Amino acid sequence: MTAAIELKGLRKRFGPTEIIRGVDLEIHNGERHAIIGPNGAGKSTLFHLISGRYGLSGGSVSLHGEDISNLPPYEIYRKGLSRSFQVTNIFPNMSVFENVRCGLMWVKDYKYSFWHLVDRERELNQRTAEVIEEIGLTSRQHIPAGVLTYAEQRALEIGISAAGGADVIMLDEPTAGMSHSETDQAIALIRKITDGKTLVMVEHDMGVVFDVADRISVLVYGEIIATDTPENIRNNKAVQEAYLGAEAEE
Amino acid sequence: MSEITKTSAATVSTPALKRYGPWIGFLIVLLILPYIFSSNVGVYTMNLMGIFIIFALSYNMLLGQGGMLSFGHAVYFGLGGFMSVHFMNYLEDGSFVFPMWLLPIFGGAIGLVFAIIIGSFSTRRAGTVFAMISLGVGELMAASSLIFVAFFGGEEGVSGDRTMGPPLFGVNFGQDVQVYYLIAAWVFVTVMLMYLFSRTPAGRLANAVRDNAERAEFIGYSQRKVRFVSFCASGFFAGIAGGLFAINFEIVTEENLNALTSGVVLLMAYIGGVGFFIGPIVGAVLFTLLQSILSNYTDIWQLYVGVMFVLTVMFVPQGLTGIMMMHTPAWRMKRVGGLVVPYIRMGVPALAMLAGIAGFLEMIHHVRGSPADETMMSLMGIEFSTHSIMPWVTVAVLALVGGYLVRNQAPQLKEAWETANNPDAGGKEA
Amino acid sequence: MFELVFFSLLNGIVTGLLLFMLASGLTLIFSMMGVLNFAHASFYMLGAYFAYTISAYLGFWIGLIVAPVLVGLLGALVERYGLRYVHRWGHVAELIFTFGLAFLIEEVVQFIWGKDTKAYHEPEILQFPLFTFFGQNFPAYKAFMLLISIAIFIMLLLILTRSRVGLIIQAAIHKPNMTAMLGHNVPLVFMGVFGVGCALAGLAGVIAGPALGTFPGMAVVLGSIVFVIVVVGGLGSLTGAFVASLIIGLLQTFAIALDYSVNDILTAFNISFDADSALRDLWSLSLPQIAPILPYLLLVLVLIFRPMGLFGNRET
Ligand SMILES: Nc1ncnc2c1ncn2[C@@H]1O[C@H](COP(=O)(O)OP(=O)(O)O)[C@@H](O)[C@H]1O
Ligand SMILES: [Mg+2]
Repeated sequence: MTAAIELKGLRKRFGPTEIIRGVDLEIHNGERHAIIGPNGAGKSTLFHLISGRYGLSGGSVSLHGEDISNLPPYEIYRKGLSRSFQVTNIFPNMSVFENVRCGLMWVKDYKYSFWHLVDRERELNQRTAEVIEEIGLTSRQHIPAGVLTYAEQRALEIGISAAGGADVIMLDEPTAGMSHSETDQAIALIRKITDGKTLVMVEHDMGVVFDVADRISVLVYGEIIATDTPENIRNNKAVQEAYLGAEAEE
Repeated sequence: MSEITKTSAATVSTPALKRYGPWIGFLIVLLILPYIFSSNVGVYTMNLMGIFIIFALSYNMLLGQGGMLSFGHAVYFGLGGFMSVHFMNYLEDGSFVFPMWLLPIFGGAIGLVFAIIIGSFSTRRAGTVFAMISLGVGELMAASSLIFVAFFGGEEGVSGDRTMGPPLFGVNFGQDVQVYYLIAAWVFVTVMLMYLFSRTPAGRLANAVRDNAERAEFIGYSQRKVRFVSFCASGFFAGIAGGLFAINFEIVTEENLNALTSGVVLLMAYIGGVGFFIGPIVGAVLFTLLQSILSNYTDIWQLYVGVMFVLTVMFVPQGLTGIMMMHTPAWRMKRVGGLVVPYIRMGVPALAMLAGIAGFLEMIHHVRGSPADETMMSLMGIEFSTHSIMPWVTVAVLALVGGYLVRNQAPQLKEAWETANNPDAGGKEA
Repeated sequence: MFELVFFSLLNGIVTGLLLFMLASGLTLIFSMMGVLNFAHASFYMLGAYFAYTISAYLGFWIGLIVAPVLVGLLGALVERYGLRYVHRWGHVAELIFTFGLAFLIEEVVQFIWGKDTKAYHEPEILQFPLFTFFGQNFPAYKAFMLLISIAIFIMLLLILTRSRVGLIIQAAIHKPNMTAMLGHNVPLVFMGVFGVGCALAGLAGVIAGPALGTFPGMAVVLGSIVFVIVVVGGLGSLTGAFVASLIIGLLQTFAIALDYSVNDILTAFNISFDADSALRDLWSLSLPQIAPILPYLLLVLVLIFRPMGLFGNRET
C-alpha cells in the first residue's frame, strides 16, 4: 500500500535561512497524524510546502505515490488533498452558505461553468446544507462569513476544507484560540468529518493530540526528531528534552 | 454584500412571483418609459442611459464581482462600436445581408476576441498590476486608433447609416424611439444574462476570488482562469454596448475607446455602488441624467461630477445603492417613517448650502469667462448683474447658513437613525 | 546623421531626467505606501500653473522656488485628509481615489485658469541658444532643465543614502512593518514622503511648463508615460525608475527624429504594395507616427514577460 503522503528530503529556504531542513516523512493511508513542535519550528511552512502554497527549495512530495512537488495548489486539491489554515482564511463578503458551496463546486464537477445556475442545482445545494449542518452553522448560513464569531469562522474554515470530501485532509491548528468547550466541539467535528480519511493535523493542545492521533511527528527547528505512536512519543527522551520539557517550563 | 437577492437553497423554492416579479416589472418599465418621456430629449437621454447601463454592468463584472480594477474598459466598448459601424456600412453597400437589430452581436464578438487576447495575460494578477495593464492597453489602443486610419477613421471617426438594413416588420430605425425599443430589448436581455452569469459557478467563483484569491486556489480553482472567464464575459457585453452606441449615434470615434470613457464607466459603477448588482444601473441612470440635464444649465458640470466622484470615494464607498440598502433593516422594522422628518430637516439646509456653493462657482466662472463689459448673467432663470453686491451676498448667506444648519442637524439625524435601526428601541415590536 | 543622433541624445536625456523627477516621487510613494498615485502628474500640472501665476507677479525665479513648495504642501494635505481617510476602505478605493483626484484637479485647473494654453515663458536671461552645432541651436533653457534635473537627482541620492530620514525611508520601503516597531512616526513619514514626492512633481512642472506648454491636458500627456516608467522600471525600484526614464526619454526623441517607415523597408527589399488595401496604414507606418504608442507597447511587453519590471523584485 502506498503512503497517503510521502516527503523525501524536503527543504525550504527563505533567503539565507533554512526553515525546513530535510524532512522525510510517510503518512499512512487512513491514519490520523499529528504534527507537534514549538512555535516557529516550521509546521505551517511544512503544510504550505505540501499543499503547494510555497515552492520547494529541495526534496519532493508525493500524494498516493504520485509526485506533486511544486504543483499549483488547485492541482494538488484536485488530486484529493485539502487543507485549512492557521489564520482563518475564508471568503468574508460571501454568506456562509456561499462559502461552503464554493468549496463543493470543483468536486461536483462544475469547473468554470457559466451555463449552470447554482441555485437550481438541487444536489449541490443539498450537500451544502448537509455540510453546514455538520459544522453547526445552519442558523447562521445567510450571514456574511466575515461577521461570524471567531469560533464559528474556525468551524467554517474546516467546513470549506472538508466539504469537497478530499481523502487527505490537513488542518493547521484547528482549535487555536478556542475555549475548552469550543475545542471539544471542534474535535468532535473533526472526528466526524474526517471519518475514514487521512488526517494530518498541527495541534498545540497535547490533550487533543494524544487523544486523537494514531501517530505523532515532532518537528523541531525544521527537522523531524521523532515519529511514533502517542505512548512512545510521550516516553521519548529526545522529545521530552527538545519539546515537551521546554513546553512545561514556559 | 455582493447581491441584493439573497441566495440560498431556499431560492429553489421561492414562489414564482418573487422570482420573476422584478423582471416583469423591469420589462414593463422599459416598455412604458417612452410614453412618459416622449420628448426628443427624453428619448435621447434614455437611449444613452440604456447603452451606459449595459456598459456599466459589464464593467462591474470586473470590479464589483471579480475584484479587478480596470482603467481601460472603454477599449472593448469602443472596438465593439467600430466593428458594428463597419458592418453597418457593409449592410449599406449590400456586400452583406443581416438584420440591423442584431448588429451589436458583432460588437460583442470583437469585444470577446480582444478580451480573450488581453485577458490571457492581464488576469494573472488582480490589484495594481491588473490596473496598470488595463491602463497600458487602453492607452495603446487609443494611440493606435489615431494611426490606423482605415479602421478607426482617424480624428473624425467612422460614421454609418442605421436605416439601410433590411426593415424589421416595417421598422427601419429611422426614428429615435424605434432605436429606443431596440436598445431596451438589448438592455433587458443583457441585464438578465449578466445577472444570470453572476449566479453560475463561474460568477460565484469570481466573487470568491475577489474576496480571497489565494483561498480559491485551495478549493480547486485557478484564480487566473476564474478571472479570465469573467473578463471575457465582460468584454463581450461591453462590445454589445458599443454596438448599440454605434446604432444610436451612427458615428464612433477615438473618444469612445480612450481613457476618458474608461474613467466614465468606472465613475458610473462606483457612484452607483459596485457591491450590488443594480448599483451600476443606478449609477448609469444618474450619470446620464447629470450629463444631459446639468450640461444644459452649466459649463462646469464636469467639475461638479468630479467633486461628487471624489466625495463618493471618500465618504460613501458603498455607493448610492449602498445607502439605499442601509435602510433595509429599518424598512423591515417599519421604522423608515421616523426618518422622513429628520431627512427633510437635514436635506433642505444641505440643498441650500449646495445651491450657495454652486451659485458662487457659477458666478466666478461667468465673471472669468465673459468680456469685462458683460456683467449680466442668469442662473435658474434669474437675471442679475455680477457687478452688484446682492447676488454675492445671497450665495454666501445660502452657503453659510445652510452649512451651519447642516452641522446643527447632524446629531439629531444620527439619533433618529440609531432609533430606527435599534431593534430594542421603543417601536411597536420592542 | 551625427548631429541628428547628438541632438536626439541630448533631448532624450533632458526628457528622461524630467520624467525621472516625476517617476522618482511616484516610486517613493508607491514603495512606502503601496499606493500608485494616479494624480501624480496632476501635481506636476499644478506646479506649472502655480509658477505661471506667481511668475506673472514676482518673476520666474520666485515661482521656481515657491510653486513646488505650495504643491508639496497641497500634496501633504491630500495625504493627510484624503488618502489616509480612504485607506480604511481598502486598496482599490485608494487607487480610485487618486484616479478621481486626477480628474478633479484637471477640472479645477480649467475652472481657475481656463482651457487655453498659458503664456508661461522661460526667463529672459535664459532665452538664448547655448551653442550651435551643425547649424542647429541648443537652447540655454534646456541646459537649465538638465542642470536642475541632475541637481535633484544628486540631492535625492544623497538624502536617501546619507541622511537619517533617508535611512528610515529605505527601511520603510523594505520592511513596512519594521519601521513602525522602531518607533518612528510612520504616518508623519508617509505625509512627508507624499508631500516631497508631489513637490518634486511640482518642480518638474515648473521647469517643463515653459518648454512643453502649460495647458489643462499636460497632466494626461505625461501621466500615463510616468506610470509606464515606474512599471517598466519595476514598481518600487528607484534605479529601475531612473533607467526606464532614460529609456523612454530616448525612445521618444529618437523615434520622432528617425523618419523611417515600413514602406522604406519594403522598398529596400523591392516589395511593392497595393495603396488601397485595408492594410495600407500598416505599410505606410513610420517611426514618428508610432512614437506615441512605443511606451505603452513596452509596458505591455514588460508586463507580459517580466511582470516585476526591469529592476523590480516584487510583483504586486
Ligand atoms: N514567507 C516567509 N518568509 C520568511 N520567513 C518565513 C516565511 N514563512 C515563515 N517564515 C519563518 O519560518 C519559521 C517557521 O514558521 P512557521 O512555519 O509558521 O512555524 P510554526 O507553524 O511551526 O509555528 C518562522 O521563523 C517564520 O518567521
Ligand atoms: Mg503555524
